[in-house]
Amino acid sequence: MATPVKDPLTGAETTGHVWDDTLQEFNNPLPRWWLWTFYGTIIFAIVYWIMYPAWPMFDSYTKGIGNNITYKTDAGEEKSTHWNMRALLANEMQTGEPALKQKAYLDKVGAASYEQIAADPDMSAFVRSYGVGMFGDNCAACHQAGGQGVVGQFPNLVDDDWLWGGDTTAIETTIRGGRMGYMPAYSKTFSPDQLNQVANYVLTLSGQPADAAAAAEGQKIFQGETGGCYMCHTKEGKGMHAQGAANLTDKVWTIANVDAATTPEAKLEAVKAVIHNGVNRKMPVFGKEGRNLSDTEIKVLTAYLQQMSAGVAAK
Amino acid sequence: MFKHESIETNSGLLIVLTLVAISIGGLVEIVPLHYINETVEDVKDPVTGVELVRPYTPLEQRGRDIYIREGCYTCHSQMIRPFRDEDLRYGHYSLAAESKFDHPFQWGSKRTGPDLARVGGKYSNEWQVAHLVAPRSVVPESIMPNYPWLLENNLQYADIKDRMIALKRVGVPYSLTKVEYESNVKRFGEDVAKKLDINTAENNLMAQAQKGNYDGNPNKLTEMDALVAYLQVLGTMVDFKKFDEDHFIQFR
Ligand code: HEC
Ligand code: HEC
Ligand code: HEC
Repeated sequence: MATPVKDPLTGAETTGHVWDDTLQEFNNPLPRWWLWTFYGTIIFAIVYWIMYPAWPMFDSYTKGIGNNITYKTDAGEEKSTHWNMRALLANEMQTGEPALKQKAYLDKVGAASYEQIAADPDMSAFVRSYGVGMFGDNCAACHQAGGQGVVGQFPNLVDDDWLWGGDTTAIETTIRGGRMGYMPAYSKTFSPDQLNQVANYVLTLSGQPADAAAAAEGQKIFQGETGGCYMCHTKEGKGMHAQGAANLTDKVWTIANVDAATTPEAKLEAVKAVIHNGVNRKMPVFGKEGRNLSDTEIKVLTAYLQQMSAGVAAK
Repeated sequence: MFKHESIETNSGLLIVLTLVAISIGGLVEIVPLHYINETVEDVKDPVTGVELVRPYTPLEQRGRDIYIREGCYTCHSQMIRPFRDEDLRYGHYSLAAESKFDHPFQWGSKRTGPDLARVGGKYSNEWQVAHLVAPRSVVPESIMPNYPWLLENNLQYADIKDRMIALKRVGVPYSLTKVEYESNVKRFGEDVAKKLDINTAENNLMAQAQKGNYDGNPNKLTEMDALVAYLQVLGTMVDFKKFDEDHFIQFR
């Protein structure tokens, strides 16, 4: 080991490297703050190794001590285990303050009737705040954030006009079990004339301008066996909740985008297209067989939809 | 002079020792996961005893290939972490077992769009198709790109057997022989085992596409059929109603 080289001016120790005649590298000690931080991280690591799952062993690992998490099994048995995220989550869901507060509200709403929820400002406010999140996560992608839907694809939920019924039982059934909106395609059944006639008749039902002579023929098709439309839409065309068949006498259009069509011809084409192609659309299942929302969550959504559509109907 | 001078002036030695130093983290954190028993959970149906997580069917597997080809993973993760907020939004946290047949896995951490680990069954096929062709037609504020060609491109599946054989080599239990098939019947039940048979892969692929009609056009087998079939199975294999949470905690 050579004797340390010193810088002649300052007397400080150098590494002995010299560049460009005089440029040298000093061998100063590490700054104190840096050194102590470094020692601190080492001490932290050792404490961490002792308390948390850390070192791999043969077919397992050190689980950590003095840091157990308790949680309850479904059967109510209390268990305690070494620190891990899963137990921590179970514990938080069972004992965390936000979770308990939310659960207390959900229990309250779950036990209340829809009238009670509507009459209670506190529960109504909860339905609104929990409902908007649930609706955003599960429904908005189809029915849109405001529930207004997309004509032809996803029905409007806030116009108080219902395919399957708008009472709470019907809405709950819709959400829990999903729905199949089905109307057969008449592309093979009707001649172009017949299609034209029945479409004209459909337009007259809601007071839209139409060819009266064609509509008169269309009525026979609609109410007779040629079309058989009455089986789902009723003879008056008022629709049938049991079939999810649209009411054709109101001015609300869910599949045929009649409102967007500006000329009578375009309106006729829109109606013709529905009859020609039929309808086959599906609302997914959110109950046990599907997304597995709880009964209370379905209730919150139903109450939320009631609030939304009542707000619109009142306007 | 200094002890480390001998290392610093010998680049070969420096490289070797640097590699050793930076490998320690990986060796300690990753390698043990491969032999620690609890890493991958045991997820068997409590009643029938069959394994609930199965390899993808040929059609789903082709969908997965397209998912990777289109780079969906650059915006979507497939890993629900065990946090309350994620549980409330996406559903049950992801199990290691749920991606044990994924090569490569799609966990990711970049979420420009939502996590897709449990998107299966959340929307109808029609929605998925409309959304993939033009996301803004159903989600006006979406920034997801349009993928209209998925509906136009015929699905290429002539090499499906080779793809499955490649996956088999890295441990996915697709079956080639009678013995392997029988073992799959025991593990996954007969219905599933049939779909994992490489010898009948093309027929299985066609049959599933025909039956599912994922893209809404029964006359054409498109890339959309495969991708939607894949999306619709994500996160649906394990029915969490059948398990006590305690079961999964015990694996940690
Ligand atoms: C994949 C798209 C999609 C999602 C997601 C979706 N729906 Fe629907 N929903 C539909 C379609 C399509 C219909 C129409 C079914 C039909 O044609 O009869 C519908 C119908 C309904 C109806 C009946 C409307 C009526 O007029 O009777 C209600 C209520 C409803 N949905 C509520 C919800 C709620 C609440 C959610 C979220 C939990 C939801 N939907 C999620 C597509 C969807
Ligand atoms: C099997 C039952 C069934 C029969 C038969 C049927 N429909 Fe429908 N129709 C429906 C259903 C269900 C809907 C609503 C579809 C949906 O919302 O998913 C509908 C919707 C419509 C619409 C669109 C309404 C709107 O608001 O956009 C028109 C128009 C229509 N039907 C006309 C007819 C005519 C004309 C016939 C006879 C030629 C007919 N339907 C026969 C079930 C039927
Ligand atoms: C540029 C980033 C980006 C890329 C690439 C991308 N997405 Fe998305 N994706 C999003 C965003 C943002 C959303 C949320 C808005 C929406 O629903 O469109 C989303 C939503 C989704 C959803 C709905 C999720 C839910 O729970 O509502 C699905 C399914 C989806 N994407 C599938 C795909 C597939 C499949 C691909 C590849 C073909 C893909 N995405 C590529 C950004 C992206």
